Amino acid sequence: MSVITATAENFEQEVLRSDVPVLVDFWASWCGPCRMLSPVVEEIAAQADGFKVAKVNVDEESDLAEQYGILSIPCLIVFKDGKEARRSVGVIPADAVLSLVKNA
Amino acid sequence: MKDILIIGAGPAGLTAAIYALRSGKSVLLLEAKQYGGQIVNTPDIENYPGLAHVSGYEFAENLYQQAKSFGAELVFETAAAIEDRGDHKVVRTTLDHTYEGRAVILATGAKNRPMGLEREEELIGRGISYCATCDGMFFRKKDVAVFGGGNTALEDALFLSNYCNKVYLIHRRDQFRGSDADLKKLTGRENVEFVLNCNVTKLLGEPRLSAIEVTDKLTGEIRTIEVAGLFVAIGQIPDNAAFSNVAALDEKGYIASGEDCLTKTPGIFYAVVCRT
Repeated sequence: MSVITATAENFEQEVLRSDVPVLVDFWASWCGPCRMLSPVVEEIAAQADGFKVAKVNVDEESDLAEQYGILSIPCLIVFKDGKEARRSVGVIPADAVLSLVKNA
Repeated sequence: MKDILIIGAGPAGLTAAIYALRSGKSVLLLEAKQYGGQIVNTPDIENYPGLAHVSGYEFAENLYQQAKSFGAELVFETAAAIEDRGDHKVVRTTLDHTYEGRAVILATGAKNRPMGLEREEELIGRGISYCATCDGMFFRKKDVAVFGGGNTALEDALFLSNYCNKVYLIHRRDQFRGSDADLKKLTGRENVEFVLNCNVTKLLGEPRLSAIEVTDKLTGEIRTIEVAGLFVAIGQIPDNAAFSNVAALDEKGYIASGEDCLTKTPGIFYAVVCRT
């Protein structure tokens, strides 16, 4: 499955009302570690089974970043049943990203 | 079996890979997090000979592509143990995979040193940051503090002073280890206040950081400073504990060796960054 580009417009539909957990990657193009984490998140999205993956560009979606209290990026949040279930800040290896989703 | 396993794909590990590959050796790099290591946090490298300006991300990407073009392989796994079997070595990762090589190069580097304060872990991403260039924009027009006195602390304070209302630079001494050039630039900034001979001793705020308590080392005086963000740059700690069976470590955890890149185990070498 490809990565969903989450925006203020589609966030409720794609993330909060999703039937399956959603891993959301809050990132920005000028953040080196974010660009390092991106391929990991994309690879996980390609093999995602039972969950979805979305990305929020905090430059373009500053309201979403504010709403979810993002103060450090990259920040991964797993949403389950419309609520934040897990959060992780910084670059983490692929297996840690997967266990974040599985333990949500 | 590879000729050389390299643990860590930061600048040292990738450089070792480039040289080894060009000598006709086969190489596998094991990297726990991101290739390029901590340099990706640096917005602008301006002291690398021959490259006047390059971003840390670009530098890391170029280094990786260069190593890859010579045939480097890389797996994103964390090396957890090394077993010395004489003519070859076995590296086991946290995923319980094993990799074999005729030689191993330790290029583990270091990770950010935590302050060791209560609630520090929980406030990371909620006001505490280790990366000013990543997170500075979230603190635009707000008051922040930088804790440290080395190059990273000075660079962070300079960077943040462009965006933030006020930057407190908190340092345990009154002399800085960081570059004079950056210190001069900082002293000219009106929105930077130096808080010297002080330690950060308490983190306040719920659920986000809203203030810090600093204690003057000389007088014992405690001062509360209201800040939305605290950027921690008090140095690095080495990441070698898992390999103490093959490489002697000093009391700080660095590989105890000279300039020769040798460890106590034949066939196991280190790259300079992670040694004493």
